[in-house]
Parts: sequence; C-alpha cells; structure tokens
Amino acid sequence: MSASNETYTEDQYLEVNKYQPKSSSGKIANYVDTRVGGTGIVREFGRKVFPDHWTFMFGEVALYSFIITVISGAFLTFWFDPSMATTRYSGSYAPLQGLEMSMAYATSLELSFDVRGGLFMRQLHHWGALMFVLAMSVHMIRVFFTGAFRKPRELNWVVGATLLVLGLGAGFTGYSLPDEVLSGNGLRIIDGMLKAIPVVGTYISFFLFGGEFPGNEVIPRLYALHIFVIPALILILIAVHLFLVVTHKHTQYPGPGRTERNVVGYPVGPVYAAKAGGFFFIVMGVLSLLAGTFQINALWNYGPYDPSPVQAGTQPDWYIGWFDGVLRIMPGFIGNIPLEFVIPTPWGGNSIATPVLVPMIPITLLLLGVFVWPWLENWITGDKREHHLLDRPRNAPTRTAFGVAMVVWYLVMWGAASSDLMATHFALSLNDVIYWLRAAFFLGPIIAYLLTKRICLALQRKDREVALHGHEAGVIEVSAEGEFHEKHKLPNEHELWTLVSYEAPAPSGPQPNAKGKITALEKLRARLNRIWFEDRVEPVSREEYLEVMRHHGHGPSALEAAESRQAITAGTGSDSR
Amino acid sequence: MAEHGNGDSTAVVKAGEGASNGYAIDNPGLPPHRPRLADVDEKAAKRSERQVAALFIVSIIGTLMFFVGYFAIARMDQFDDYFEGMSALRVQNTLIGVGTALAMLGIGLGIVHWAKTLMPDHEVTEARKPLRTEADRAEAEKIVTDVVEETQIKRRPLLRNTMIAAALLAPLPAVVVFRDLDRTADFGVERMRHSLWDEGVRLVRDPTGTPIRAADLTIGSAMHVIPENLREVSGHGDRLAEKAKAVVLIMRLNPDDLHEPTPGRENWSHEGIIACSKVCTHVGCPVALYERHTHHLLCPCHQSTFDASEEFKVTFGPAGRALPQLPITVDDEGFLIARSDFTEPVGPTYWERGHTDPEGDFPA
Amino acid sequence: MKALSQKRRHPFAFVALLLLGLLLTGGLYAAATTVNQAQASNTPDGFSSEQVEEGERLFVANCASCHGMNAEGSDAGPSLVGVGAASVEFQVGTGRMPMQMQGPQAQQKPPQFNEEQTSQLAAYVASLGAGPGIPDDEWLDVDQGDPARGGELFRINCAMCHNAAGAGGALTEGKYAPSLHGVDEVHIYTAMTTGPQNMPVFNDANIPPEDKRDIIAFLKTYEQQGSPGGFSLGFLGPVSEGLLIWTLGLALLIGSMVWLTSRSS
Repeated sequence: MSASNETYTEDQYLEVNKYQPKSSSGKIANYVDTRVGGTGIVREFGRKVFPDHWTFMFGEVALYSFIITVISGAFLTFWFDPSMATTRYSGSYAPLQGLEMSMAYATSLELSFDVRGGLFMRQLHHWGALMFVLAMSVHMIRVFFTGAFRKPRELNWVVGATLLVLGLGAGFTGYSLPDEVLSGNGLRIIDGMLKAIPVVGTYISFFLFGGEFPGNEVIPRLYALHIFVIPALILILIAVHLFLVVTHKHTQYPGPGRTERNVVGYPVGPVYAAKAGGFFFIVMGVLSLLAGTFQINALWNYGPYDPSPVQAGTQPDWYIGWFDGVLRIMPGFIGNIPLEFVIPTPWGGNSIATPVLVPMIPITLLLLGVFVWPWLENWITGDKREHHLLDRPRNAPTRTAFGVAMVVWYLVMWGAASSDLMATHFALSLNDVIYWLRAAFFLGPIIAYLLTKRICLALQRKDREVALHGHEAGVIEVSAEGEFHEKHKLPNEHELWTLVSYEAPAPSGPQPNAKGKITALEKLRARLNRIWFEDRVEPVSREEYLEVMRHHGHGPSALEAAESRQAITAGTGSDSR
Repeated sequence: MAEHGNGDSTAVVKAGEGASNGYAIDNPGLPPHRPRLADVDEKAAKRSERQVAALFIVSIIGTLMFFVGYFAIARMDQFDDYFEGMSALRVQNTLIGVGTALAMLGIGLGIVHWAKTLMPDHEVTEARKPLRTEADRAEAEKIVTDVVEETQIKRRPLLRNTMIAAALLAPLPAVVVFRDLDRTADFGVERMRHSLWDEGVRLVRDPTGTPIRAADLTIGSAMHVIPENLREVSGHGDRLAEKAKAVVLIMRLNPDDLHEPTPGRENWSHEGIIACSKVCTHVGCPVALYERHTHHLLCPCHQSTFDASEEFKVTFGPAGRALPQLPITVDDEGFLIARSDFTEPVGPTYWERGHTDPEGDFPA
Repeated sequence: MKALSQKRRHPFAFVALLLLGLLLTGGLYAAATTVNQAQASNTPDGFSSEQVEEGERLFVANCASCHGMNAEGSDAGPSLVGVGAASVEFQVGTGRMPMQMQGPQAQQKPPQFNEEQTSQLAAYVASLGAGPGIPDDEWLDVDQGDPARGGELFRINCAMCHNAAGAGGALTEGKYAPSLHGVDEVHIYTAMTTGPQNMPVFNDANIPPEDKRDIIAFLKTYEQQGSPGGFSLGFLGPVSEGLLIWTLGLALLIGSMVWLTSRSS
C-alpha cells in the first residue's frame, strides 16, 4: 500500500496557534485562514502573472455578461410566471387590455410596465445575453486566429466550444419564454425542424411540446431549462474553463523577453486584479447604458401567441440567425424537380424533408469542425509540441485564411437571416438578394480564403522588408552624385525580434509508418500538409541578416546586437523582479 | 527562441531546429521600462489621484440619478393619461439605466485609471511550470496500479462483467422516465393527419368567428379563416394546437385567372374563391402575405413563395411542397363551408407523413 | 432594365383587362358584392358636377397618357373605371400617382396635387363607375376606436406584411409593404378598401368600418406612445438589435479594453 509519505513535525502543527495578529482586520484574516487555509491561495494567486493585451479580454467580457445576465435574470423570476394558463390582461399597456393571453405573456408585460425598474432589468438581461454570446464568439475567434487552442489547451478549447453551444441554448430558451407571436413562430420553426429529423423527429417534437405544437407544456419546460439546467451546466463548465486557464497559465504574444518557458505580464495583486475587477464594472456600465437607452425585444408589439398571425421581419436573436439564414437560402425545388422525396416502404413511405435537412449540413460541419479543429490541425501539420507563444495571424497564413473563409461562410448564412430587411432597406428584390446569397454561400469562402492567404503572405514579406531594410522614414536624401534615396530607419532589436521570430516550415511529404508503409490516409495528410505549408515566406535567417547588415554598412551596434549570443533563459527578463 | 517545444517534436516540423540559430537575432529580453509621468512627477500623480476621485464621485451621482428615476417618477398605473404614463416610463427607464451606467462606469473607470497611473507598471516574468514532472507521473501511475490491484478486479472477471452489465443498464430508466412528457390520449402520429375541418364545417373569420358569404369577398380580397367548430374545443393548449393545424387563408381571384384544376380538384373552389392551409410546408410559419395581382403567397419567415392561381405550387424559396388546398363550397344559406378535411397532412414534412392512412381518409 | 420593366408591365396590363372585363360583364359582381360596401361608398355622388368637370380636365392633362383618355386603361396603366374615389384619394393623396417611373410598385412621394385638385380628380373617377368612396369622418375618428381590438385585427390581417409595429416589410420581386408610421387616417382607410398595388382588398364585408376604425386607432395609439424602452431602432426587432450589439456594443467594449491595456503616458 502506498500512501503519501510526507510527514510534519509536532512543532509545525502547533505553529498555527503561535501567530498573534496585531490589527483587528488581521485578526479576522487569521481567523478565516486557520479554518480554510487561505494562505495557500494567496501565495498561489497573489502575485500570479497574467499577460496583458486587449484581445485577451473577450473571455472576461463573456464571464461578466454571464454574471450580469444571471443577476438580472434572477430579478425577473420574482415576477415572471412561466404558465400557459390563460388570463385576461388588465395591466397598464392599453393596446392589449382585455385580450386573452397566457400568464407567461401577461407577467412579462407586468414586469415591463408595472414594476419599476422591471423594463430596465429585462432589457439589461436581453442585452447582456446578446453580449454574452457575442463575447464568447469573438473570444473563440481570437483563440483560433492566434493558435491558442494548440497543445496543451485542446481540451479547454472543447470546453469553450461547449460553452458557446450552451450559450445558444440558453439564449433560445429565454427568447421563447414571453410567449408572444414572434417567439411563438420561432418555436414553430424549431418544431418544423425537429419534425424533419428522420425516424425520431416527430416524437422528439411530441415529447418537447407534450403533444402537438404548441400545447400547454412547452413554456414551463423551456423555463426549467433556461433558469436551471443550462445555467448550471454553464457555471460548471466556466469553473472547469478557468481552472484549466490557471493550470496552463495564459498564452502570450511573441515579443522581446517572451519565451515558451515564461509568462510576462502584470501580477494579480494589485494591477491585474484592479484592472479585471474594474473591467466588470465597465462591462456592467456599458450594458446598463444600452439597457437604459435602446429598446430591446419590445414584446408588447407582437401580441399574445396565436398560431394564425405572423409578422414581417420574423427573425431570431442574432446568434440563432445563421440557422434561420441557411434555411432561407436553400431552394425547395431545382427547376421543377422537388428536392423533397418519399422513400417507398411497405407501410406507404417515409418522407425526407431535404430542404430542411440539407441546410443542417453546413451548420453541423461548422460546429463539428470547431470541436475537432485542434486535432485536425496538428494531424495535418504534424506539430505535437506544446505552444504557449501565440501565432501572429499572418505567420500562420493557411490557418488564418481557412478561418476567415469559415467566418465568411458563417456571415453569409447569418446575413441571409435578414434577407427581407436587406431587400427593403437597400431597395432590392427579395428574390435577387436570395440568389446573390446562394452564390456567396459557395463563392464567398473560396474568395475569402485566397484573398486572406495572399494578404498574410504579403504582410510577412513586408515584415521581412522592414527587418532587413527598415521603415521608410519619409525623408528623401540627395547623395553627392545627385541620386535620390529614401532614408530608412532600422527597427530596434525589440521590434526586430517580433518580426523575425516565427516558423515557416516546408511541407514534409508523406512519412512511412512503423512498418515502413505509406498509407492512403498518410498520403491525404501529406497532401493537406503541402497545401498548408507550400506558400510560405521564410523568416529572416541569421546569415541573411548579417549579410545585409554588412552590405549596407550599418553601424557596429546593429552588428553587435545581431552577433551577441546572450542566451535568454526562462524567468530572467531584463527587468524582472 | 532557444526554448522550443518540449522534446517530442517530430521530424515533420523542421523549423526550430538549430535553436536560436534559426532566427536572425537572439531574444533581446524585455524592452527597458519607461517611467510614467506619475512615476517621476508628483504633480502628475496628484492629478491622477484627483481624476480617480472624480470618477468615483461620478459613480455616486449615478446612483443618486437611479434613485431620482425610481422614486421621483410614478409607476405607470398611477397616471390617468395613458400616453403620459408611457412617456414617464421612458424617462424612468432612461434615468435608471443611465444612472446605473454612471454608477458602474465611475467605479470601473476609476479603479482602472488608478491601476494604470498609480499602481506599479513593471512587467513581471514568471516561469511556467511543467504540466507534470516524470517523477510525479511515475508516482501517480504506481498509485493507480496499486489501487486497481487492491480492488482485485482483474483477478475476478465475474465481478467486472456483472458490474459493467449493471452500469450499462442502470441509466436506461433515466431515459425511459421521460416517456410521459407527452401524456395526450391519442399519442402517435395519426393525429397529425386530421384537423377540425370536415364536410359541412363553416368557414368563419379569424378572430371574430362570424361566418362568411361568398359575396363578402370581392375579387382581390383575402380573408383569414378558422373552422367554426374551433370554439367548441375546450382548453387553451388544445385549442391552440387545433388552430395551429386549421388556420386557412381564403382569397377570391377572377375565375379566369385560375389554372385548370388537376383531376379530382374540379369542385374545390367556389366562383374563384380558393382556400389553402396557412401553415407553411417548409417549417410551419403562417404563410399569410398575399399579393392580389401576382397571386403570390409569401412566407415572411423563409420567403417561400406559392402561386395561388396554380393550386399553391411553390414558385420560389425553400418549401418543398405546395400548400394543402381546402375543398370548399357554399351551404344552403350561402355561407362558405368545407367539403372535407384537408386531403393531406398540413404543415412541415415529417418522417411518417408518407404512411398509409389506416382509416383510408386520404387517397393514395 | 428595360426587359425587367416590360415584364413588370404585364400584370398591370392584365389587371386593366380584368377590370375592363368586369365593367363589360355588367355591374353584376358589384351589385352582388357591395351590399355592405355601399356603406363605404357612401358619397359616390357627393361631388358636384363642377368638380367632375374640373377633375376631367386635370385627368386628361396629367393621367391620361397612361390610363387612357377615358380612363379605360392602356399598357402603361390600368383602367380606372369602378376603382372609386377612395383609390384616387389614396393614390394621389399619398403622391404615389402620378407615377414618376415604372417600377415594381408606385413610390410614395410628396403629393403633386392639392386637396382641392385631388377631390376633383376623385369626383371624376367616381363618376366613371361605382367604387369605394371617401369614408365618413366618423370612421376616421380614432377617439371612438378600440385600440386593443384594432391591435388584434391588425396582427391577424396586416402585420404579416406591414410588421407588428407597422414598420413595413418585403414582398416578392422588389415589391414591399410600406411603413404605416405617419400615414393619414384617411389613407390607411382607403388603402384597406381599395387594395392598392398588390395589397388585398379588405372590403366592408371582411373588415367592417368600425373594425377599420379600431385598426386605425391602434396604429395611432402606437404611434403616439413611442418606445418606452429607449430608442426604437426602427422597430425592426432582433436584426437591428443584433446590429447594435455588434457595432456600438462591441465598439464601446473594445474601446475600453484598448484603453485598459494600454500603458499610461
């Protein structure tokens, strides 16, 4: 039997009671510490270093928006009654007085019009929810384009992606709760999409709605999901996400003094804690400003849910938009040939709702792609090393180009959800807008890929140019012979380091496996690897650099800097404490 | 960048080999620290202090603004004039919102400004810990092996196998227990084939419920219609579920504009009046946008377009089937009535839609 | 462009023929279907003969090039026989007629004729054949309407094209349902009775004058009450909200992030 074999002396146990704090706050701190062991936490986190960059803050925005949404949501639950029982509205909003509606809608109106601050809280909740998903999305985009998902952070990337999906679920279940015509039609679309699922779809719909759409049950069920199940899962995953961030320590951008072995930034106490804590209030302030000045989800406009009415401009909240948009651009017929078909069976046939199922393919691909990307990328590149230094997006041209292509693909689907508003606001034909979007769905990502890759390579070449020949100083010099030159200002070594410290490996070709054979899969990998690496701009090499420096006859200081061989060891930056 | 990778890099990635020789220069280390104004000039530090304090005072003012908004403005139900109440609500919402925003921004901007200008701004370097050391790993592995050994699970396969079987079965009740999410008496897909429409059921206006004479519709008119027997359905949820299947749009076209009906549908219209299900065959939104000259019916959710003059066939958009048409005629009193139920299930396509109808209501 | 506009001319030409056909086959339909409508066309002959004469002069000078010398219609414009004074009040009163150019539908613009001239034109067109007339002031008095009932009717009959808040919406092939904000009561009413452009006709048998008044009362209440939650963002719902959070919301945050992480001078 193996047990922990650390032992402590009797004195160490008795030391706990020896310390006598002097001030009263010290006494309180000591009381708590001797009971919960806070010393360890303070020692671990009190001066922990976090890198500081504005793009690192989207995750914080997401966290803070979530907290604000939970707090404002808790306020709303005190008045909201998630019941589909009917009542006759008698509140303050005149254009609905006397109408029959569900308790859910009536209490939503009540808390908006007859509870002071209720309208503000509801708007804060809704703006907070939009911001929550937005911040998660931008955070994910930042992580993708800087390569922060690479080893050892793959699993945390998956946790983050799951949080995003849960965020969509939290948003949609909340959107449907007030039981008005807009969200009711949204639910009806969900019902239609569920029914399209082969074999089990119809029954999933029955079980969700407790029978046929809309039934009596769906609002209380969505409520349970919205205020308990989904937020609980989100909270748990946020805890896991942050735990892993602490375990891995934060990534950092490449730059002078930064290595794979160190973290450069501000200590938690006091600077980082002050900034992060202060930022919570800033996020809350921005959301309050929106909630106080911009109306969101004016649910009194839509009227109580009834399966008959519908309104122009029926759209979901932004993050569900791409589901709606991709449904809009899919044609139901090609020419006169219907895409929907019935599989003949002895019992009459089973129907395949192709126009609903096919649009789910790009959505599934994109979501699935997000989840597996870290493994897909390191399979293609063969790079299994740990990375704590981020990539500048230009220095990973293929990833950046592919990411932009996927973002454009998403944007086309997302934009399609507002096809009708594009038509009215830009005086276009609705049908033409759809035709163009269909073209953009296929061409947009390809154009974006090619363009982005060229831009990345061009930026890398510019970096080389600056590293070797300096910035254009904007000063024209005339030589004694009458030649005109533009003066160039060489970058200092700190800037230079950022420009030259990246990798651009050549394609590696297929690698034989243990048996010495090259499998078909390996051939595919090699082909992808070639696509990944073949267009590349190599970083300035030392030989090249020294050659150019000598040739230009630049001052000895530059040469000295280049030739110096001071190794930078981990943890010893030039002005570390 | 001498420190690169953790040793398990493969031959595939070539860069990084040769350590720092790979880069043009060596890592020069952190740039020198540049002192801030407040570090060298006590006046500047004092100024920062005053700015931070001012921001905190802005926050206090914001909180007071909230109270003004909350207490000085009456609740909407205390106004006699509705419009005055509405504008008061707007003012209240603005004061509460902007007040909270100032209260929060004052604190947030104040603290951050304090941190930026007065707290130390030296960047610090900290070494990363290896995620695990080999000694730890070996020790952990030994613990796991010992623990497994102590359970004797490897030596007693009967225990292992029965435990796996039990563990596989045990979660099933957690799935089955959700069966009663749908407790309706007529559980199953059959109910989706039927709506309240039946032979002789009058078409009445939605929502007033008044019956309709053919003469009430002029050419170019459109009317939103429900079955007269809908009012007999008790229970809000049941009524909505029935209404969701039964909503109908009727419109009157010049009979000359109607295309030749397909066989079997010759008597489905009445003097140019035609009726269709309003539920889109795509995903179920009400298709209610009727253009009287083009005879287009447009769904506002996904823009499926149907042609009313050609038995509601799809002319654009994602819908995969024509809208079901309701056969109508007039009764002795001249009111519009249905000839029968819809001859196919209304609404979006579902898996069992093609099943043979056991009651034989629908022609094959 | 030309091919397009020719295509678009087709339906109008078709309608012209259709209406002509209606007239020729006798006022059968009109007689049968306007039992209730008679209430609305309550003043078809309330115009004086001077008005009719003056209206005809205006018509020949301004409208006949498309609608024909005797308003019998042409390839460029439908027959106006039997469309009633209400059509003229709506089309001319909102500036849609005379049309500036052919397009998917007539655009609203400042009216070309003053009230007097408009009613002279209306008198002339009303004299050509029975049709919906100008509504009595009684039906336009929103104080007598019930906005809650009007709202319900509006959501069932109108919101699918005009949006739940009356902000307008898209129709097929470049057509659209216009915004209803700031539209005169009489024009809302006459739009319902005449069904301009591709709008269906909501005659008095479908929506009686009292109900039309309720709908107008709802729209006017809605217009007057404003948006209690702050700026309305055009009453367009989730799209404009999403746009705001991705522009203003994100910009405010990025601004504060950049400031927060930048070094103080």
